[in-house]
Amino acid sequence: MWNISINKYPLFFVILMMATTGYAQTVEVVKEDQLYTMIDTCDDEYDICLYNFWATWCAPCIRELPYFEALNKSDKRVKVHLVSMDAVEDLHSKVQPFIRKRGMKSSVFLLDETDFNEIIPSISKEWTGAIPATLIVDNKSGQKYFYEKEFKDNELEIAIEKVLTINN
Amino acid sequence: MILRAILFAIFGTAFFIPGITGPNELNIGAKAPDFSLADVDGKMISPNSFEDAKGYIVIFTCNDCPYAKAYQDRIAELHNDLAPKGFPVIAINTSDSKESIAARAKEKNYPFSYLHDETQETTRAYGASKTPHAFVLDKNKTVVYIGAIDNNYKDADGADQKYIRDAVEALLSNSEVKITKTKAIGCTIKWKDA
Repeated sequence: MWNISINKYPLFFVILMMATTGYAQTVEVVKEDQLYTMIDTCDDEYDICLYNFWATWCAPCIRELPYFEALNKSDKRVKVHLVSMDAVEDLHSKVQPFIRKRGMKSSVFLLDETDFNEIIPSISKEWTGAIPATLIVDNKSGQKYFYEKEFKDNELEIAIEKVLTINN
Repeated sequence: MILRAILFAIFGTAFFIPGITGPNELNIGAKAPDFSLADVDGKMISPNSFEDAKGYIVIFTCNDCPYAKAYQDRIAELHNDLAPKGFPVIAINTSDSKESIAARAKEKNYPFSYLHDETQETTRAYGASKTPHAFVLDKNKTVVYIGAIDNNYKDADGADQKYIRDAVEALLSNSEVKITKTKAIGCTIKWKDA
């Protein structure tokens, strides 16, 4: 009677899996070069590509995450990339559960690197190496705006609006 | 075009929002600011406390940042290896309480001075922005190296560039410090008045 095999009902299992993960994003693990490619190739459908460097253990990062989630949800001109700096060993034990629990919908990546001496200035010359940090790329001009700070109140909205105003 | 120019004039190019960055990092060749800060026993420590020093390894760190924790044993090893050669490690913490700094030093039996920068004055003067953030000074307290401790935060054995050790070895052999600046990944330092 309860003989439900995955071969017989594949869709059932897909739905079950989606239900248990709550539709949360899966995390794509990337290396340095993939990150650079991602930053250099912002899809034409967006006016802005945004890259926020964060980690599950970083309190100021977590405080500002809701602003990025809200932006991702409300502003279709902006593509939000949340780049986790957590250790790749913590992907399944910390990062995935964190995202699932919060029902995060933005695209999440994990940067699996240990040597940041060249990565940091490649992302921005203004980056001293502290997180949280956010790179905002104007997709039309290619102009980059870098923030090594925690966004508060409506600061992220203002930063985005300023780029879009100059853009148009 | 005119609108664009006006908007640039209004917003500038950097879109300055207060608190974007901390103080500016010292320059290589600059004279490091003097300091006198309390260690875990409440004793005031300054670079001058190390009479026979040939230089100093000043590391801004904290207790709980995963990058700082990943390096805590390596910082102790640096001191154990290099203090006998005249390069003591002076660790400065502006993030944690006096009590938790003392507790960590006791728990880990730290061999180096672990100082509490309560006012954040020294951290600001060096322009440290994250933990860990390392500075190597020569005998005259001139800054010769700023940046990361080595090039693998996760695995000490995986690091093939040991920036601090290399800088110290260069000073000891009176040769040029080859890599003077690197970028370290770290946890942002929280400024008290920010």
